[in-house]
Amino acid sequence: MSRQSTRSTDSRKVSQELFTLTYGAMVAQLIKDYESDDEVNKQLDKMGYNIGVRMVEDFLARSNVGRCHDFRETADVIAKQGFKMYLGISPAITNWSAAGDEFSLIVESNPLTDFVEIPEKHGNLYYSNILCGVLRGALEMVQMEVKAWFTQDSLRGDNTTEIRLKFIKRLEDALPAGEE
Amino acid sequence: MSGNYYFAIVGHHDNPVFELEHSSQAKGADAKKDDHRHLNQFIAHAALDLVDEHMWTTNNMYLKTVDKFNEWFVSAFVTAGRMRLMMLHDVKNEDGIKNFFQEIYELYVKNAMNPFYEPNSAIKSAAFERKAQFYAKKYLTG
Repeated sequence: MSRQSTRSTDSRKVSQELFTLTYGAMVAQLIKDYESDDEVNKQLDKMGYNIGVRMVEDFLARSNVGRCHDFRETADVIAKQGFKMYLGISPAITNWSAAGDEFSLIVESNPLTDFVEIPEKHGNLYYSNILCGVLRGALEMVQMEVKAWFTQDSLRGDNTTEIRLKFIKRLEDALPAGEE
Repeated sequence: MSGNYYFAIVGHHDNPVFELEHSSQAKGADAKKDDHRHLNQFIAHAALDLVDEHMWTTNNMYLKTVDKFNEWFVSAFVTAGRMRLMMLHDVKNEDGIKNFFQEIYELYVKNAMNPFYEPNSAIKSAAFERKAQFYAKKYLTG
């Protein structure tokens, strides 16, 4: 049941390109199918949400972190362990809001966007929008409703890629109707 | 040294995917060059048959000079995916052209990895053009 980490470096290097190309092919196909950038952004977010709700279980099992006591701890865990575990990058956490419920993740090098150049007519596309969905889905499974969106995207010409995460509310577990 | 160069990437249907002109001398008569552009395309197109014959005879991607027309030499480089990089030049600069082909090949491969690029379609990326011009200046002068 334990993971083999001996072949991890080499086989992961090959499959990172496969991952990047697969994601690229998927986004290109979505654009062909939906044609509207906003629609594609929404679909990417939905897909990310579905990934996130499942991924969070795997993440918690592998990383062994306990329950976070506040949003700052959550931010730390996301940036230093979550992103590291799945994408191999460590985004920086900045721009905390005054109330401590909003922060930014600055992503230096995004493996999803290797070799990608967005053509001009899709200027509204958020290519890595799946990440926002993943964050939203994962945090919803741990009873936090958040909103995630891109404030800067290097594929669109900005200097860096910045994802903003805002805490909306804590979700109470709703018992299904019929139980006490 | 009047080094005039016309570079084209030709696709599978003999369609130009990318074109670039470069001159190692100071910009003199631009109008004259526009006039020659049709001739350059014609010469490159005519050389394609020779390139196709030539590429089966060697293991290398770089085919050196495959054809000559009046004062123009035609050199070619064929990628693994049969994209033909054609260079028309009037001076013999073999090393420079070979290096230029290598760099453009790498540039082309990176461009081909872009999920939004349709293979065999025209390359419209401004970044690609900029880098190609940079390499042209670096390898095709002096």
